Amino acid sequence: MNPPLRRVGVVALVLFAMLFVNLNYRQVVKADDYRTNARNGRVQASEYERARGKIINAQGIAVADSQETGDTLKFLRTYPAKDKYAHVLGFKPVNLGATGLEKLNNDFLIGTSDKQAADRIAGLFTGKDPAGGNVLLTLSQATQEAAYTQLGNNKKGVKSGAVVALDPSTGAVLAEVSLPSYDPNLLTVHDGKSASAAYSKLDGDPAKPMLNRAVQEIYPPGSTFKVITSAAAMTADSSLTPDSTVQGGEFYTPPQVSDFRIKNAHEGICPDQITLKQALTVSCNTVFARMGVERIGAEKLKAMAQAFGFETQPRFIEDQEKNYCNVAASHTGPMTAGADNRVDPPAVAQSSIGQREVKMSPLQGAMIAATVANGGREMRPYIVDRLQNADLSNADRTDPKELGRPISGEVATALQQMMFSVVTSRDGTGRSANIAGLQVGGKTGTAEDGDDAGDHGWFIGFAMKDGKPIVSVAVFLENAGKGGSAEAARIAGLVMKAYADEKGIK
Amino acid sequence: MTATAIPSPSPTNPGDGAGAPRPRTRRNVELGLLLFVAAILLVYAAVVEGNAIGEVTPDFWVQVAILAVIFGAAHVAIRFVAPYADPVILPAVALINGIGIGFLRRLDIGRAKAPLRADLSVFGGDGFRQLGWTAAAIVGAVILMLIVRDHRSLSRYAYTLGLAGIVLVLIPAVLPARFSSINGAKLWIKFPGFSIQPGEFAKICLLVFFAYYLVRKREVLSRASKRILGIDFPRGRDLGPVVLVWLLSLMVLIFEKDLGTSLMYFGMFVVTLYIATVRVSWLILGLGFFIGGAFLAYFLGKTVGGPFLNFSERATTWLDPFADADNKGYQLVQSLLGLGTGGLTGTGPGAGQPLNVPEVRTDFIFSGLGEEIGLFGLTALLVIYLLLVERGLRAAINVRDSFGKLFAGGLAFTLGLQVFVIVGGISQLIPLTGQTTPFLSAGGSSLVANWLLIGLLLRISDASRRPAGGAPSIGLGGASSGGGGGAPVQIQELPTEVVR
Repeated sequence: MNPPLRRVGVVALVLFAMLFVNLNYRQVVKADDYRTNARNGRVQASEYERARGKIINAQGIAVADSQETGDTLKFLRTYPAKDKYAHVLGFKPVNLGATGLEKLNNDFLIGTSDKQAADRIAGLFTGKDPAGGNVLLTLSQATQEAAYTQLGNNKKGVKSGAVVALDPSTGAVLAEVSLPSYDPNLLTVHDGKSASAAYSKLDGDPAKPMLNRAVQEIYPPGSTFKVITSAAAMTADSSLTPDSTVQGGEFYTPPQVSDFRIKNAHEGICPDQITLKQALTVSCNTVFARMGVERIGAEKLKAMAQAFGFETQPRFIEDQEKNYCNVAASHTGPMTAGADNRVDPPAVAQSSIGQREVKMSPLQGAMIAATVANGGREMRPYIVDRLQNADLSNADRTDPKELGRPISGEVATALQQMMFSVVTSRDGTGRSANIAGLQVGGKTGTAEDGDDAGDHGWFIGFAMKDGKPIVSVAVFLENAGKGGSAEAARIAGLVMKAYADEKGIK
Repeated sequence: MTATAIPSPSPTNPGDGAGAPRPRTRRNVELGLLLFVAAILLVYAAVVEGNAIGEVTPDFWVQVAILAVIFGAAHVAIRFVAPYADPVILPAVALINGIGIGFLRRLDIGRAKAPLRADLSVFGGDGFRQLGWTAAAIVGAVILMLIVRDHRSLSRYAYTLGLAGIVLVLIPAVLPARFSSINGAKLWIKFPGFSIQPGEFAKICLLVFFAYYLVRKREVLSRASKRILGIDFPRGRDLGPVVLVWLLSLMVLIFEKDLGTSLMYFGMFVVTLYIATVRVSWLILGLGFFIGGAFLAYFLGKTVGGPFLNFSERATTWLDPFADADNKGYQLVQSLLGLGTGGLTGTGPGAGQPLNVPEVRTDFIFSGLGEEIGLFGLTALLVIYLLLVERGLRAAINVRDSFGKLFAGGLAFTLGLQVFVIVGGISQLIPLTGQTTPFLSAGGSSLVANWLLIGLLLRISDASRRPAGGAPSIGLGGASSGGGGGAPVQIQELPTEVVR
C-alpha cells in the first residue's frame, strides 16, 4: 500500500500547488484591481481617515459636515439641511460615486487638490495630517430657505418644480431648489446595504427626486420667452420702444398660411392697437407671434436666444470641461418645416411665444431676468464663492465673469420698464410678485405641455433698488395647471423679499 | 483474511526505517520546535497590538503564555503516551492553532472602539474562547491517545463507528431547519447557547469504517473485469459500496446544502479506496461520479430548482461573484478584495481591516489573514498544512499494519482536502462552501474534531516509529481494550494484524 500512499502525497502536493498558484493570481496579478475596487471598503476607509471639509453657505452655516464616529470609517458625512440643499451639494456615499458639488470639489474637500500642495508639504515638516479644505458657497441661507419652503408650500399643490435665484451683478447663485427633493443623509450612511437600498428607492421613484429640475431639465418656457422676442424686436429695429404701438388683435395667422392661428389666453385683453409695454404686461400672444414672423424672423430670434445662452451648456466654473452636474442647454428648435428646412411661419409664430420646440431651464430663465436687470451684461453663474484651507486661509476665490452682452443698455432699460409694468400695472400678469420698497419686474409664463398634463407655470423676474439690480429669480411649477404662473410670481416675490430682508435692503 | 493475503512491505525499503537501529524518540526536537512556535506567536501578538492599538500593552503575552502552557502539557503527555510520535506534528498544529487564536484576538481588538482597545481584557472575546476550546481539544486528544493505546483496536468498533458516522452526518439533514441551519447550510445541531457540527466528528468515525471495510474487501475490489484504455475497471457488482457512499455524499449536498462536506466524504472514501486497491480506475470513477453529480445538481438547480437551487446558485456566484456583488456574491467579493488588498506582503498583522470580510471569524479567516500577512504569510501557512499532510502520510507509509496505513493515509489526506476545499473556496478556485479552516477558524466542533484527528495521527506515527522490540504486545493492547467484554478477541481474526 505504500506506492499509492506516496501518490496520494503527490496529489496533496498538486492540490496545494493549485491553491498557491491561485493565491498568486488573486494577491499579485489581481491585487491592484481588488485593492482599488469601488466595493473595497478599505479604499474608502483611508479616505475617511481625515475629516472631509465642510461645505458652508454664504451665512457661514455648514450644509455638509463631517461627524466623528469611532468606527472603521472614522467620519460620517452629514447634511444638516437635509432635503433643502440636496441637489446642489450632491452627496458623498461610501459605496457609490460622489455627485454634485461633493464631486466637483472632491479633491479639495479631502485635501488632495493641487491648490493644497503647499499645505501638504508643510504638513510633512509640522507632522500635522493634511486636512480637507472647506468649500464656501454663494447660496444665501434665507433665500434658499424661502425658495425651498415657498415652493414646497405652493397653493397649487404642485409636487415638482424649481427655483433659481441669482445676484444679477455677479452671477452668484443665491438659491437653487428642485422639488421633489430627498434626504442625502440616507445615502451616506456607512451601512452599505441600507445606503444602496435608499439609492435604489430614489432611483426607481417615478417622481425622479434626484433630478435637479433647476439646471438639468428644460421645459417649454411659454410667455417668459416673450422677453427674448421683445429684445430681438427692439434690437432689430431701434425705433421700436416700449411705448410704440404695435398690432394686436384676438387672432394672428401668418401670411400665406390658412389653417393656423394664434390666439390669446383670454378674449378682450389685446386690442388691435396696443403699446409694446402693454402687450407684455397682459401677455398678448398675437403681438409677439406677429413680431416674430413679420419683424424679426427665425434667424434673428434664434440669434437673440443664443446670445442669452440658449444652445450652450451653462458653466459654473472656469474649467470648461467640468460642471457640478449634468447641466442642460436650453434651445429654440429649428423653426423650419419640410425636407428642405425652409423657415416655417407657424413654427416661428409659436416659438415667439415660447412654445413649439423652445425649451428652457429654470437657470436660463433666471439668467435672462438677471441680464435685463444688469443693464444687458450677462454674468456667468457660480455657486462656489471660495475654497478655504483647513487653517481657514483662502485657497481660491471665484471672480465674477461677464459672459457677454446680448442686449444693449438701452434695450435692457426698455425691457426693465416693460417688466416692471408686468408686476406693477393693475392688469399685469405678475402682480403677485410685487414687494413693497423694491422695484420688481418680471414676466409670467404658462406653457402647454402635451394635451393631458396641466400647463407649466413660470415666472422670471428681478428686484431693483435705486436703479441697481438686487436679485433675479426664476420659479417653475411643473404641470401646475390654471393659475400656475400667478402662483409662480407670488413665490418669486417671497424669495426675492427674503434675500432683500437678509441683506437689509428695504 | 489471513496474514499472507496482505502484501508485506519490503523490510529493506530504506524509506520505511523498519530495519534501522532503534530510533530516538526526538521529543527534544518537538520541545525545541514548540519553543520556536511560542516565540513566533509572541512576536505576532506584539505586532498585532502595536498596529491595531498603537501600543503594545503590558498584557500582550498573556494568551501566548497560556497557550504555551497548554502545548507544554501536551508535549509532556506525549512523552508518556506516545514517545515515538512524529516530533513535527504537534509544533506544526500548535503554530496554526496559535496564529488562529492570535488572529481572533486581533478581531476582538478590531471590533472594540478605538479608545477601549488598550484596555480590552485578554480573558474574553473570541480569542480567549478559542483558547479555551484549544485546551479542551488537547485534553480530548490526549485522553483519546490514552484510551486508544493501539490504533488497531479501533477496527473492532468499525461497524459501530461507521453507523455512528452516518447518524452524525444525517442528523442535521433530518432535523427541522431551525435546529440545524446556519447561513443556509444544514450542518448543525443547535442547542440553546451553542451549536455543534456533527459532521466534523463523523469524518473520523467514517474513516475508521472505510479503513476497516476496505482492508477486508480490498482483494475483491481490486479484481479487474475490463480493461479500457489500459486501465482496469472493477466489476459492476463490486461498485455497490462506492455507489452507496456517492449517494450519501449527494444527499449531504442536496439536503444539507453543503458541497464542501459532500466533497470531503466522497474524496475521503475514494482516496482510501485507491490506497487499498492501488486501482487508478477507482480514482477516475470517483472523480467522474462526483463531477457528474455536481453537474447534474447544477443543471437540476437551474431547471427544477427546489433542493438543488442552493448549489446552482453557489456555482453561479463562483463563476462571476461580481455580477451580484451586493447580495449573493457579497461574501466572496469581499474575501477576494481582502486578499487583493493584502497583496504580496500584507498590511502587517493588526494593520489591515479584515472586519470588512463577512464571516471572517470562521469560513473566511484565511482571507482575513491574507490581508494582513499577505501571500508570503499564506504560503507559509499552506506549507505548514502541507507538512502536516505529508507527515501524516509518512506515518501511514511507516506503520506496519494495513488498517493503520489506510486510516492514517485517510486522516492525512482528509485534512489536506479540507484545507483545499475552504481555501480554494474563499479564493474563487472552486465554488465556495461552508467549511471551517482546520485549527484556524473559530469554533469548538472543528477544533476538537481536528485535534482528535491529530491525536490519532500521533498515535499511529508513534506506532510507526516505535522500535519493534519496544512495542507493547498486541495481545496486551487487545486484552486491555477488550477487557470489559468477557472473552479476549482473537488476534488472528483481526484484519489488522502486524505483518513482520
